[in-house]
Amino acid sequence: MSHLLNPHQWVAAHADYLYAYAITRVNDDDQAKDLVQETFLAALQKTGGFEGRSSERTWLTAILKNKIIDVYRKKSSGLRSSEVKEAEEEQNSFFDEETGHWLKEYGPREIGIEDKDHIVSKEFEHILTKCLQKLPVLWKSVFTMKHIDEETTDTICAELKVTPSNFWVIIHRAKLNLRACLQKNWI
Amino acid sequence: MSYLKKIIHNCKKATFLIDKKEMGSISLREHIELRIHLIGCSFCRIYGKQSRAINKMVRELFQSAMQPGIKLDDDFKKDLQERIEEELNKS
Repeated sequence: MSHLLNPHQWVAAHADYLYAYAITRVNDDDQAKDLVQETFLAALQKTGGFEGRSSERTWLTAILKNKIIDVYRKKSSGLRSSEVKEAEEEQNSFFDEETGHWLKEYGPREIGIEDKDHIVSKEFEHILTKCLQKLPVLWKSVFTMKHIDEETTDTICAELKVTPSNFWVIIHRAKLNLRACLQKNWI
Repeated sequence: MSYLKKIIHNCKKATFLIDKKEMGSISLREHIELRIHLIGCSFCRIYGKQSRAINKMVRELFQSAMQPGIKLDDDFKKDLQERIEEELNKS
């Protein structure tokens, strides 16, 4: 079946969805709204390229996704140095400088999420959201693209201009900080 | 420090391998080193469980945010559709 576009119904049919998609990734209400608007306007220019192979919503989401990557790229390029340096310093203190062993006060201890079937409470979700927001923009972007949008490593490296080896370091460092933040704030 | 001792002590390296293994692949040698490390290190065994749990929780967090509930206000939507109609009339 081939899909059709109906711009007269776009807002009613997809605006809330696109807004939710954007706000979870950029954490900024005004910016999320702008992105939704830009997506529709850009889509109007591209209707000729729509072949009907995917649904209208999938097609619009793909346009939005590219706009979000632009935001990631812009946000992370300027502050890359200071913001990332700070986060890196924080986690250097987790390990013994010489041996690389966990220092006792930072070593992982069980916080009730280790069991596969554990239930995630609202309070925990709240802390997780806060901890995600604390990550440097570049790390959060890489982490989100990999884990949520399931982009390939090659795509992420190309879009955000990081090398493959740096990519793995970022995935790991984001996880280290996120985990430490959860352990610290979940008592 | 002997080679084996280095592996046993180095949690910094082990946690990197845990995360990389989870999302991509590590070499056979790295696999073996990680196995050896995890036998003696309860910290990193917990880290591994938590690392996987966090991946799952983050995914669920984003999915639950996509449930109906997050909505734009009606005025914004009205303006937006008008803007689209305007563009449509132009062409």
